[in-house]
Amino acid sequence: MNGLLGKKIGMTSVYDNTGKYVACTVIEAGPNVITQVKTRESKDGYDALQLAFGDAKEKNTSKAMMGHFSKANAGAKADVVEFRNFDFSQLIAAEGESVEKSVGDTISVDEIFKEGDTISVVGTSKGKGFQGVVKRHGFAGVGDATHGQHNRQRAPGSIGAASYPAKVFKGMRMAGRTGGDRVKIKNLKVIKVFSEKNILLVKGAIPGHKGSIVIVEK
Amino acid sequence: MDAIKYVQEQMITKSEYPTFRPGDTISVSVKIKEGDKERIQIFKGNVIQLNGEGATKTFTVRKMSSGVGVERVFPLNSPFIDDIKILKRGKVRRAKIYYIRKLVGKKARIKEKRF
Repeated sequence: MNGLLGKKIGMTSVYDNTGKYVACTVIEAGPNVITQVKTRESKDGYDALQLAFGDAKEKNTSKAMMGHFSKANAGAKADVVEFRNFDFSQLIAAEGESVEKSVGDTISVDEIFKEGDTISVVGTSKGKGFQGVVKRHGFAGVGDATHGQHNRQRAPGSIGAASYPAKVFKGMRMAGRTGGDRVKIKNLKVIKVFSEKNILLVKGAIPGHKGSIVIVEK
Repeated sequence: MDAIKYVQEQMITKSEYPTFRPGDTISVSVKIKEGDKERIQIFKGNVIQLNGEGATKTFTVRKMSSGVGVERVFPLNSPFIDDIKILKRGKVRRAKIYYIRKLVGKKARIKEKRF
């Protein structure tokens, strides 16, 4: 799968070619440095490409990681992600340039994405803290607001039967920590690619807060 | 933030219209597509608010249409706006003149600004 590591910048709205006003997300995607190429023939046993994105402070990076980055002639990087079965032949190469890349080369946004592509974006959703079942699982709450009822409006209701089975089944949906999960949004459309600033403009919303790291897959 | 501004600058063509304020009476020429034909409809009324900044700025125009108040929100840089003309400058003390919604008859008038 081809893709890039990027950063969610924020949202805005633009007019598409038909004049329709569409909400879209701005992603700073790449350039990513190839830090490792794994192949089926080597001891790794599978084909993958390891990409790194974002600068980190050298003092906050372990010596082991620094050694790994120095093999790619790159400085300290903040995030590293592996893409399985990365297909170089699908890269969009500039005139007269080879699409084959090796460790230390960079991949920029215009080499992978073009206008109109359908992509998926993986990110970590915004954390909501400890939430009840209405917000967390979409329950409707119990009972009426009036007719003598009180404090049941956002309650979960029954969580099981009585002396048989005499327990609450595992996986019963209850209140708890909400958000902060790995979420993948599929079928997002690329509205435009700004190669000079490494910006990807995507129709619709993507998971996470502003500045969070996202994986953009094609 | 800079990246968002950059995208807006690249994607949105700013239109040049005379600057109007809440309280002004304006007429907005709106392009309407019917099938493959395009015609222009004029929406005339009072500006009751300006909202937002930069590329995503919008304004709301209110008019009375056969006794019923009609409000329409236009993005300032919408490609469907052909032209905006200022008909009258109004004298109001607020940036959002929502109070006009509750007024009827003679009270719903806006004093014209004299220069």
